[in-house]
Amino acid sequence: MSHSSRSPGTLPVLLALLSAILCATTLVSTSHPASAAAAPAAGRSIVTIRGFSFEPRVLTVASGTTVLWINEDDDVHTIKSKDGPAMFQSPALDSGGKYGFTFDHPGTYHYICSVHPYMHGEIVVR
Amino acid sequence: MSKVVGSSGAGRRQAVKCLLWGGAGVLWSFAGGVPRPLRLGAEAQAGEIRGFTFGQISDSHIGFKAGVHPSAEDTLQEAVARMAAVEPEFVIHTGDVSHLATAEQFASAAQLMQGVKREVFYVPGEHDTIGDDGKLFFERFGRGRGGSELRNPGALAQGSGGWYSFDAHGVHFVGLINVLNLTSTGLGTIGAPQLKWLQKDLASRGVSTPIVLFAHMPLWSIYPQWGWGTQDAAPVLAAVRRFGSVTILNGHIHQVIQKVEGNVTYHTAYSTAFPQPAPGVGPGPGPLKVPADKLRMLLGIRRVEVVSDRAMLTDATLAS
Repeated sequence: MSHSSRSPGTLPVLLALLSAILCATTLVSTSHPASAAAAPAAGRSIVTIRGFSFEPRVLTVASGTTVLWINEDDDVHTIKSKDGPAMFQSPALDSGGKYGFTFDHPGTYHYICSVHPYMHGEIVVR
Repeated sequence: MSKVVGSSGAGRRQAVKCLLWGGAGVLWSFAGGVPRPLRLGAEAQAGEIRGFTFGQISDSHIGFKAGVHPSAEDTLQEAVARMAAVEPEFVIHTGDVSHLATAEQFASAAQLMQGVKREVFYVPGEHDTIGDDGKLFFERFGRGRGGSELRNPGALAQGSGGWYSFDAHGVHFVGLINVLNLTSTGLGTIGAPQLKWLQKDLASRGVSTPIVLFAHMPLWSIYPQWGWGTQDAAPVLAAVRRFGSVTILNGHIHQVIQKVEGNVTYHTAYSTAFPQPAPGVGPGPGPLKVPADKLRMLLGIRRVEVVSDRAMLTDATLAS
């Protein structure tokens, strides 16, 4: 069945339903930020270093979050900030090595691995 | 040459010399059937080049271990024993001495390297400079930064950033540093101060002086996406192009790849610790996983024999 054969009243009804759902979502995310998928939560987030890349490459977190990087590669990597509201640099992370940094200031932080500077990552703090 | 005729022995020798004029400005003569070079003009007074052998060890990555892989200490020890058997005049280590640039790893590497029983000339790899821009490395292995001194310090020319040069049997050796200030794509950098020093260092050398440049990262573009190259290698090449014989020795990529460009030959070297994938194969230049019985076929050392102004390289694996 094509859209053109639908009864005239269908579209407004669908739009109304969609609006209601969006409103509900907005309300929920306002009152309970932690429960909404799109909104960042303070606490702890993990970036995995695997196959010479940061996963996820872009991570969005709430202010106050500690981001923990875990090196799952066999090679050495580091975490070194390129720009952003605060600077950070890990020591050399051997295979299995971990490094944590707490992001207290909102903004966008770009970082690289100083041993392999073509590895780029980003932390967005809201 | 047609004028050099006659039945005297001297005349015939002269003819042979003329016929064998080399492009590199080296004149060959024959003594007891063995070709040996004579230096020309002013160069001859500086002393002729006689054959000698030096060794190259690279990427020992002391501290590296992964799974069932033998420790990098064990494989360096094997490499050192093989190098000692070569009995080179001296050894160069082209960097990534350590895996994580710790004092303990440097101390362990230095102790193991004593097994070659020869002087060792080091340049740092990017693993040796993690976190402190090479402070610990230069303290132990540096030349002119408070590190070890050459047995004949008068022969050593030092640059402010830890690079240096020295002469051995008429061959000019230059140790360059290209692992600090990596580009955003991971390429090595020589930098303006070092380049200026290099140009000055080479300025007084005659074109017939054989040149050996060594640095950790390749001085030509092998796979720039993995940082396998040096962004400002072109002016380095320009500085050495006028010489008749230039040998460039690098490490970093844990495999032997060679290239010839006019009088310049480029050679990367085996690691003594672990192999890496062929350029661009796989997600990144991490340690290549190979069966235990294949590993030593992919690790090795290099022997360089200098005969006349030519460097002849022999790469020997730890399985050979």
